[in-house]
Amino acid sequence: MLKISASNLNALFDRIAEKQTLYIPVDREPNVSEYKKYESGMTMSKALNTVRSAKDFFFPQTENLAEFKMNGKTIEVKDIRKENEDFVVFGVRACDARSFGILDKVFLSEPVDSFYKNRRDHGTIVTMACTRPAETCFCTTFGIDPTVPGGDVSVFFDGENYFFLDNTPKGEAFVASVSDMLEDGDASKLAEVQENARNIMKKLPLAGLSTDSFGGERLMEHFNSDKWAELSESCFGCGTCTFVCPTCQCYDIRDFDTGNGIKRFRCWDSCMYSDFTKMAHGNSRNSQLERFRQRFMHKLVYFPANNDGEFGCVGCGRCLSKCPISMNIVKVMKALEDK
Amino acid sequence: MNNDTLIPLIGVVTDIRQDTPDVKTFRVNALDGGKVFEHMPGQCAMLSIPGVGEGMFSITSSPTNKEFMEFSIKKCGCLTTWLHAMDVGQQITIRGPYGNYFPVDTELKGKDLLFVAGGIGLAPLRSVINYVRDKRADYGDVQIVYGSRSKDDLVDYKEIIDEWTADPNIEVNLTIDNPQEGWDGHVGFVPNYVKELNPSTNKTVLVCGPPIMIKFTLAGLKELGFTDTQVYTTMELRMKCGVGKCGRCNIGDKYVCKDGPVFRFDQLDALPDEY
Repeated sequence: MLKISASNLNALFDRIAEKQTLYIPVDREPNVSEYKKYESGMTMSKALNTVRSAKDFFFPQTENLAEFKMNGKTIEVKDIRKENEDFVVFGVRACDARSFGILDKVFLSEPVDSFYKNRRDHGTIVTMACTRPAETCFCTTFGIDPTVPGGDVSVFFDGENYFFLDNTPKGEAFVASVSDMLEDGDASKLAEVQENARNIMKKLPLAGLSTDSFGGERLMEHFNSDKWAELSESCFGCGTCTFVCPTCQCYDIRDFDTGNGIKRFRCWDSCMYSDFTKMAHGNSRNSQLERFRQRFMHKLVYFPANNDGEFGCVGCGRCLSKCPISMNIVKVMKALEDK
Repeated sequence: MNNDTLIPLIGVVTDIRQDTPDVKTFRVNALDGGKVFEHMPGQCAMLSIPGVGEGMFSITSSPTNKEFMEFSIKKCGCLTTWLHAMDVGQQITIRGPYGNYFPVDTELKGKDLLFVAGGIGLAPLRSVINYVRDKRADYGDVQIVYGSRSKDDLVDYKEIIDEWTADPNIEVNLTIDNPQEGWDGHVGFVPNYVKELNPSTNKTVLVCGPPIMIKFTLAGLKELGFTDTQVYTTMELRMKCGVGKCGRCNIGDKYVCKDGPVFRFDQLDALPDEY
């Protein structure tokens, strides 16, 4: 398998960044990692995962959709789209890599969202296999193997070398473009590293979590559960869970008057917010219970109902570590599952 | 790059009719005349004034109208207030058509039809009614029960009187909530009127109006012996994208913008009561 030694990783980053914009996870403070545009000398974070998910690369928090010039009674629509430049995201974990497949089902289904597709077409995902999963991890619940992370290229670290495995034509082109910096290496240690990580996953507190009780066919039963009142009681609708979630994709469309034309932009929205469904004539989800229920029903029931059983969660654990009242999808699943 | 449904087209308002104190009907054409796009009865379009807002409205004109589209819009919020202040010649942005439609060419074909509408709820049904009138031979009996708060709140009153009631092949039953000078027609709420009229249970029903009216009309129809599979309605929830992606107009696993807005009541029965 092709490899590069850890000491040469930054030289590889420099090479990639010569041709394309490269993003890598960088420590903002110890163990608080975020994706940054690579500049020479930056060190890749050793944190397990970034605080925010990698969805931003394809579905940014805000983006402009169109511009309008208003002149008397006339309106001019300006199509501001332009072909995205190629970019590489390095170090994506298996959970976030799977989330792109979930976002694809939303944005690439007809009618295709051209804003999302443009970024998807031009982005190369280089993933990083997990070696030390954390207590909040439960990706295996959703059939994800964190030691085989997917994306366009999978990267495996055996403690000394990074090994590269291309998974797609885009990944093959990426590896070919840096192949002169890679060398054939002995990957025999990887099996042991993978086995070790899998054993950690098995011993983690959430290892036994199961999706067996969920899916589209349980819609009315779960919707009408009497557990929602207690589960949602302390939720104050801050929306942090939706913000950090790699699969949450609800959005708002709004206009901004720049003083020199109108910009129509799309931004993240949250089903946890009270005005999300508010109309002139009323609100279909008036209480926090209904809004809370919507979020989890969407991931565990509605999404699988519409997508051949695939769940709208990848078990990244961000909501577990970030919710200010320590409520999360794991607690919801445990409360609702068949006992 | 391919067209994106979120980037709207331009339409121009070519006629404005004050239907009731708070409802105006706007005629919309493409800039070079004709229609901006084709649609089916019950489908909707996103209209917007950039900088003010964008909203989903049912297309009230029939697809058989080849010259223009019409929207009957009640003034009830920020965008609709702005739309009501427009003059003829104003351009708006428009995108669509969105959603499914009343099954006029399949399930409804050959059937006796009963339309039940309340207030602005006539807007989406008017598209179907005029479609059926233009293809009259394809359908059986047509009965329309329409009610409003007062005589002045009957939307499209002129068309109803001049065309629908004048049509010997259609039975039109109008009602208003309370007695009013100059009104010698029926007085009373729509659900009660439907029960009084005691329509044949052979009919397929299309109902649209305020949620409370729909609820009591459905209950009344069931007392008369109608089943959920005979009754269609059209839903309205908050929408931003119109294509099932922005995530807010769902009832259970169905998006009103994409899987609806037209539902049969047996389909709604299988969904959570969250609308």
